[in-house]
Amino acid sequence: MSEPILTLTGVHADIDQYHILHGIELQVPRGELTVLLGRNGAGKSTTLRTIMGLTKVPRGSVTFNGKDITSWSTSRIARAGIAFVPENMGIFGQLTVRENLVLAGTHGPLDQARLDWLFDLFPPLKKFWDRPAGNLSGGQKQMLAIARAMVEPRDLLLVDEPTKGLAPAIIDDLATAFEELKAREVSILLVEQNFSFSRRLGQTVAVMNDGQVVHSGTMAELAQDSALQQDLLGLGLGAHQ
Amino acid sequence: MSQANPSVGQWALWRDRLLKLQSDKPHLVLLGLMLFLAFLAMDPATWFVLTISGMAMGTMLFLMASGMTLTFGLMSVLNLAHGAFISLGAFVGAVMLTGALGVYTVSPSLGWNLLAILPALFAAMAVAGVVGWLFEVIVIKPVYGDHLKQILVTVGGSIVLIQLIEVTWGANEIPVPRPGALRGAFVIEDWVPLIGGLVMEKFRMVALILGLTVYGLMLWVIDRTRLGILVRAGVENREMVEIQGYRIGLLFLGVFIAGSALAGLGGAMWGMYREIITAHMGEELMISVIVIIILGGLGSIRGCFYGALLVGLINLYIGYIEPRLAAVATVGLMVGVLMWRPQGLIPVIKV
Ligand SMILES: Nc1ncnc2c1ncn2[C@@H]1O[C@H](COP(=O)(O)OP(=O)(O)OP(=O)(O)O)[C@@H](O)[C@H]1O
Ligand SMILES: [Mg+2]
Repeated sequence: MSEPILTLTGVHADIDQYHILHGIELQVPRGELTVLLGRNGAGKSTTLRTIMGLTKVPRGSVTFNGKDITSWSTSRIARAGIAFVPENMGIFGQLTVRENLVLAGTHGPLDQARLDWLFDLFPPLKKFWDRPAGNLSGGQKQMLAIARAMVEPRDLLLVDEPTKGLAPAIIDDLATAFEELKAREVSILLVEQNFSFSRRLGQTVAVMNDGQVVHSGTMAELAQDSALQQDLLGLGLGAHQ
Repeated sequence: MSQANPSVGQWALWRDRLLKLQSDKPHLVLLGLMLFLAFLAMDPATWFVLTISGMAMGTMLFLMASGMTLTFGLMSVLNLAHGAFISLGAFVGAVMLTGALGVYTVSPSLGWNLLAILPALFAAMAVAGVVGWLFEVIVIKPVYGDHLKQILVTVGGSIVLIQLIEVTWGANEIPVPRPGALRGAFVIEDWVPLIGGLVMEKFRMVALILGLTVYGLMLWVIDRTRLGILVRAGVENREMVEIQGYRIGLLFLGVFIAGSALAGLGGAMWGMYREIITAHMGEELMISVIVIIILGGLGSIRGCFYGALLVGLINLYIGYIEPRLAAVATVGLMVGVLMWRPQGLIPVIKV
């Protein structure tokens, strides 16, 4: 097996005076989709933000593609090939859908073939191309947020709870988009509370509790072991089939 | 009575349109209202002259205010030294006009005069821009994110800059000669039927045209170019701009330099307009500048433009009707607008 694309070793993180992450150990295998699970407040979002260089890291190291990026600036980390879709999506509401995507393409003009692919996955983007993104519905905003991260090839995608507040039909569209990314062997780290969604997509899984990773393994293993699910996530058997 | 219903319907329709207009385009409604009220209050010829002059004044104020609104919108930096850059531009412009370019300014030929003005304005922008660069790196960068420190540090920086201007060019007022062909006024007799004859100062026309040109260029950059998209995105959500791989620090620096250069340009124009400059002129203009950027909505270029027009117009209208109230009117305008729209005329939505 090849080197993981991303490795967190003993990572601690502080927000203001609060100590939020207590020594995270996490590996994201190359070309796979890894799901990060955990109860509310476990520190999942903070972990993603820490990888992006958005929190202070007093101890530990983050290695991406063999390089130690722990002390890099956020923009440098992004340029090294990591795309991040935050929990609040970070859409520029005053910009049009087109402008949002243009800005996400940092290597120059957008590639038409790739754009057509995105339009196929997310038809509303084409329909509302020249409208302010602030007018999009929640689901359409999420599509735009993910499309922005896909508009150019990236080595690693970090996505924080994309299904939050979305209707089942749209969640299905998002799942299709992630399937396509998997087919293109993009490495993905996905934070997701919706267990049926994450079980469908995830190959590897890590579970967090109170600022630490308390379990990691394959998704197949976790999906079959309802006692483990109950233990780690408090999921009732069959409740999320 | 049979006609009552349709006319009530018509009336409701118009009322709805008007309500929509005042919520969608408050700047146009206010501008229209001001022009209309002033028209009722004076004779048409005076109104016409004051309107053009007020707009000329407004576009010069816009040049000075636009840099400040952008630096505040993008970096939420309160740069109270902005006025010093206005003064700096005025002095550089004046020195160029009287010194190196003196031969062209005394010439009665309009062509030569304009050829002298342009390099003078460029010099004002260049010097203000370079000083802005140093100022950002030395003074502003260490106090990002802390408004109280920004106020203290930029007020201090302002004092230093003004002292430097006084040391360089002396503490006294300096007269700024207008180029030969731009002195005086166009006198037009019986020009338009309704308005009749009028007298229009030439320099104001130049200022108006130049101000509108710069506004047009800025809109083009902001609306149409990648840099403009980036600036608008940065005003909305800085962190997300970084997450997409852009170095926000460089963007800040670039915008700060541009803002300082625009202040310098506005100052140089203002100097020629007033024909006399002091090192403190920028500080005196800061009240109008601050009113304008609050009025327009912090961070909004369009809002800044309309805010500047409104301030320029109300100054001249009220100055004509009741001179003693001119200063009060500007602040009154701001208070009135803020009571109606607390975010300013064209607010910028932040995350
Ligand atoms: N800005 C902040 N200031 C102080 N504490 C914070 C801040 N942001 C997060 N925290 C705390 O850090 C802990 C982890 O938060 P985080 O957002 O990473 O959790 P999460 O696993 O993403 O939760 P959720 O599933 O609810 O999104 C929580 O206890 C939270 O209260
Ligand atoms: Mg979260």
